[in-house]
Amino acid sequence: MAEDHKMTYADPWMLPETKGFWEALNDGKLVIRTCNDCGRGHHFPRAMCPHCYSSNLEWKESDGTGTIYSFTAQQVKGGGKYVYAYVEIADRVRAITNIVDCDPDALQIGQKVKAAFRPSASGQNILVFTPA
Amino acid sequence: MTAHDARLVGAYELPYRHAPDKSLAQMQAEAALGAVADAGLSLKDVDGFFCGGDTPGMGPMSLIEYLNITPRYVDSTETGGNSYVSHVARAARAIDAGLCDVALITLAGKPRTPAKGSRPMTDSNKPDQDFELTYHPTVPANYALAAQRHMYEYGTTSEQLAWIKVAASHHAQHNPHALLKDVVTVEDVVNSPMVASPLHRFDCCVITDGGGALILAKSEIAKRLNRPSVKILGTGEAVKHQGAGDIDLTWTAGKWAAEKAWKMSGCTPDQIQYASIYDSFTITVLLEIEDLGFCKPGHGGGFVAEGNLISGKGKLPFNTDGGGLCSNHPGNRGGMTKVIEAVRQLRGEAHPAVQVPDCALALAHGTGGSLGTRHGASTLILARED
Repeated sequence: MAEDHKMTYADPWMLPETKGFWEALNDGKLVIRTCNDCGRGHHFPRAMCPHCYSSNLEWKESDGTGTIYSFTAQQVKGGGKYVYAYVEIADRVRAITNIVDCDPDALQIGQKVKAAFRPSASGQNILVFTPA
Repeated sequence: MTAHDARLVGAYELPYRHAPDKSLAQMQAEAALGAVADAGLSLKDVDGFFCGGDTPGMGPMSLIEYLNITPRYVDSTETGGNSYVSHVARAARAIDAGLCDVALITLAGKPRTPAKGSRPMTDSNKPDQDFELTYHPTVPANYALAAQRHMYEYGTTSEQLAWIKVAASHHAQHNPHALLKDVVTVEDVVNSPMVASPLHRFDCCVITDGGGALILAKSEIAKRLNRPSVKILGTGEAVKHQGAGDIDLTWTAGKWAAEKAWKMSGCTPDQIQYASIYDSFTITVLLEIEDLGFCKPGHGGGFVAEGNLISGKGKLPFNTDGGGLCSNHPGNRGGMTKVIEAVRQLRGEAHPAVQVPDCALALAHGTGGSLGTRHGASTLILARED
């Protein structure tokens, strides 16, 4: 059974330092804020590397795949459920997300997933994942 | 560090669980008056005030105005539901440093009867806002993530988690104020409706209006009071977060908090006769038991099973008031009641059916915020005054 609660997404506030992330999503790409000095990626994106505090950062394009680190099927009042999860999008970079177009009862930790995009109220792409 | 000079001398829990006709400040004041009366003191003796984010108004200021007291020291440290456990540590340090002599800690909340008008749910300046609240998190979902991962890594089962609720219900049947007084079985828990897999309704704590308060005083004052006082042998506080994406959901900040408290107290887990362990959800208790060192990481499921947390039956009597799972989780914050029940046990004033015989050494532990994202933890090692 597919998740049967239709998710809607509010428009993100889009702080200045995260603009590149949202623009990439609208181009159908997942980018990971990555430090050019220490080499580590992080999430949510910041204006400085939270590992070495360098501001020499790039938006590194991902192939859009990841693995489920943990998940839950949240029941909705009045029936239905949706999946709230952590997906590992790069080494030790785990992002909160939803997994959509899936059977919540069949999901597994460690399962491969791929990026998908859902529009917010005003059409900004929101990053979600589906089983690969 | 050595044990504190300051003593816990007053503890009071509001008896009600639903307060539609009371203001939040009024509830805080009732709790405060109950605690000073328990200690044999007056509000006019209070010169240190500690509160968390539940307090109406800005930090501590509106409530001390309502109470019309003028403490010379205030602290409004806020890390969620464990804040009040931290406040005990902070009040003890403040008293030891001579910053105040009598400290009041309050909590009250009324989630069953929300106030008209409330704080906005979204904050565009919150740096994680777009990357978290966008995805419709719920409180149970953020704890379910930890449960699911623990099950994956260690084979923990829903039946093992259920034993935590079963133990709490065995205690709650003796508490006339408990919201849920019925004894439940493992089957009842795993057959209760799923909320956020793998957590069922009975894996979740109650939602109650209520509150409580604590009084600490320097030992010189404590000696003059007629009530049994409680020593603070060790304290520890810590905060853990997502680590920029490098989150590990299988352990909590309790590991760091407990390390400090054990070291300061010189005690070991096997010496603890009673433990108040924060029970926002069953999984919270399981992780804390491991992090506190009562068993090895991954062994919590086996430890809590078969009634090992039931007073008079198991090795580690916990939450003998029924805890947040059955009795009270006032204002969605369980730290205050954790300390209060530990004080009752050390005074020999818990319900006779659940009182640990000759209880001399106890632990109170809290976890606030959200295991799925960021949370605070605090540990107290408490002892009966000899």
